[in-house]
Amino acid sequence: MEEIVEETMEETVVETTKKRIVIIGATSRIAEHCARLWVRDEAIDLTLVGRNEAKLQQIASDLHVRNSESIIRVLATRFIDPMDIQHLVEGIMTQGAVDLVLIAHGILPDQQACQQQLVDNYEALVINGVSPVMCAEAFVTEMEKVNHGTVAIIGSVAGDRGRKTNYVYGAAKGLVNRYVQGLQHRLAKTEVKVVLVKPGPTDTPMTAEYKANGMPLACVKGVAQDIVDAIEKKKFMVYTPIKWRLIMKVFCNLPRFILHKLEV
Amino acid sequence: MVAVSSWGSMLREEHDVHMLTNRDTPLFSNDQLGIAYGLGKSYGDVCLNPGGVLWNTTRLDRFIQFDAVTGVLACEAGVLLSDIQRLTMPSGWMLPVTPGTQLITVGGAIANDVHGKNHHVYGSFGDHVTQLSLARSDGTLMQCGPHGQTDWFSATVGGLGLTGVITQAEIQLRRFASPWLNTETIPYHSLQEFFDLADASEEGWEHTVSWVDCTGKKNVRGIFMRANPVTEPMSNDCSARSGSMPFMPPVSLVNRFSLKLFNTVYFNRHKLSERIMHHDRFSYPLDSVSHWNRIYGPKGFYQYQCVIPRESGYDAVASLLNEIAKSGQGSFLTVLKTFGNRESIGMLSFPRPGVTLALDFPNQGEKTLALFAKLDDIVQAAGGRLYAAKDARMPRDLFEAGYPQLNTFNQYRDPGMSSALSRRLLGS
Repeated sequence: MEEIVEETMEETVVETTKKRIVIIGATSRIAEHCARLWVRDEAIDLTLVGRNEAKLQQIASDLHVRNSESIIRVLATRFIDPMDIQHLVEGIMTQGAVDLVLIAHGILPDQQACQQQLVDNYEALVINGVSPVMCAEAFVTEMEKVNHGTVAIIGSVAGDRGRKTNYVYGAAKGLVNRYVQGLQHRLAKTEVKVVLVKPGPTDTPMTAEYKANGMPLACVKGVAQDIVDAIEKKKFMVYTPIKWRLIMKVFCNLPRFILHKLEV
Repeated sequence: MVAVSSWGSMLREEHDVHMLTNRDTPLFSNDQLGIAYGLGKSYGDVCLNPGGVLWNTTRLDRFIQFDAVTGVLACEAGVLLSDIQRLTMPSGWMLPVTPGTQLITVGGAIANDVHGKNHHVYGSFGDHVTQLSLARSDGTLMQCGPHGQTDWFSATVGGLGLTGVITQAEIQLRRFASPWLNTETIPYHSLQEFFDLADASEEGWEHTVSWVDCTGKKNVRGIFMRANPVTEPMSNDCSARSGSMPFMPPVSLVNRFSLKLFNTVYFNRHKLSERIMHHDRFSYPLDSVSHWNRIYGPKGFYQYQCVIPRESGYDAVASLLNEIAKSGQGSFLTVLKTFGNRESIGMLSFPRPGVTLALDFPNQGEKTLALFAKLDDIVQAAGGRLYAAKDARMPRDLFEAGYPQLNTFNQYRDPGMSSALSRRLLGS
């Protein structure tokens, strides 16, 4: 029976034949459900990266019960500052090649607060946009050296078009969108793949306020299944649930004079 | 505020829903009264608190530990029974007790001390809980179980969520050889025949249950089903069909005509037979039809489940079935079953030695309530009681008469816990 491993950066290289998956922002509800699907299918070597160690340990114990043959590593660290990210990714890569990275962290900021407090605004842009793409950049660069690996990154339908009720979050996710396009172009001739996932509003702690207002939210299990499937098929981009593809097509083509009359 | 209902779908009222996400975080109640809410599969108002707080436990869905040698599983309270079965069955362990659905949470199974078709062998769900954690409204967390704080444990098992929010539990699973069951189907044509079959099956059969025709005015007739696990290992593969009731019809599809038709066809289709059946199909026939409660239409439905002591059981069940048949109300699935000769550990647990009758009634307002008043009289005169997890309307005196440990239980109540049911039946 494998044990849950508490990671430090100085840890020695672990040779493993198991598929190696890393989740950045592993306490995210969507990421947790992806992890459940991965351990359900096979014994994997999984590294959970997040800020809250106690929460990570709860998730690790759960995954360990679900598949006791898997190796579950926990790494509590910060990943906002570029140097922290550099250090984190190098540390993970020195342990051996990574097959898949899921970048899942994010917060849903209060748009009003972002307009009034630039500190909040800045934080929202960094956490939802700058930090995820820097993580992607760092992993992709390492993967390119061995010409192997997949990076999946969670964007949002909010990144497709700015609107007054959440453009700070939307702009950050829009940055992710554009950055991934560039990476995909750069990596087109390699075996390194980047998958962009755009979930609609999903039933997670992040959307608690939406839920309290009675807004219909997508089931997190279905979203996680879509993400796992998209990664498996190495899709460039996927909307989940799939209806958002159509909704966003319409919304993005809405003439400006109509959009400006809408309270959305 | 969000509109929330229970499985009976009669009340759909606004609640202040708090999602619990961490089993170690104390409850933050802000001095508002609340009650735990899992999947909302209770039929009545035991899990509702209109205008107040609901602590939703469905995100407490993590396993904590599983020992495949001893079969002890620790998990959070929002884990579904179906998740446990899926996890542990490949290693030869399963839940000893599950009700007619496995799509319920562990917390709900404990708080209502649910029972199954094997009550005479395995008792109720609480009999297999070896420890549980309660989050109390004063911000404390407490552990209790059959070996420590036993009084709190007896109050919490079957305690309708009123001693605190159950956040995690440790359960002793049972070994099993195969998920397949040898089943026997035996039609019966009188109540005496039912009791004879039930008594004869108590020794030697692990699962017993019967369907009874609730429309028969002259004579009681039904189908007795009993089952034992297949002893030689067989494949675990069960290609279950699944479907859904896709929409809510404008009126209940269960009415006087469909009732008579269904009951007659159902009885005549079941002949004396033996066959091998997968545990899931035998135990949870309705789990393959999601949203089956929609069949009753927008007015929803009641379920009436009583247990009558064995001494008065025959006469009381005959009277109950007679009243129901006369009323022309009822449902497709009426269950008649004997409980084993064992008391439950919970102060407010429903199962007790005797015979239990359970059936749904489409909500037809006064007409349905008038029938229940007649049924209540029969139950009370026979010294029986109703199942709170199924109830949305029983009178307080019937509840008090049926649960003699109520006063002791009240000493263990968490003053911050309150539900529509507790205000109706316990006064607060």
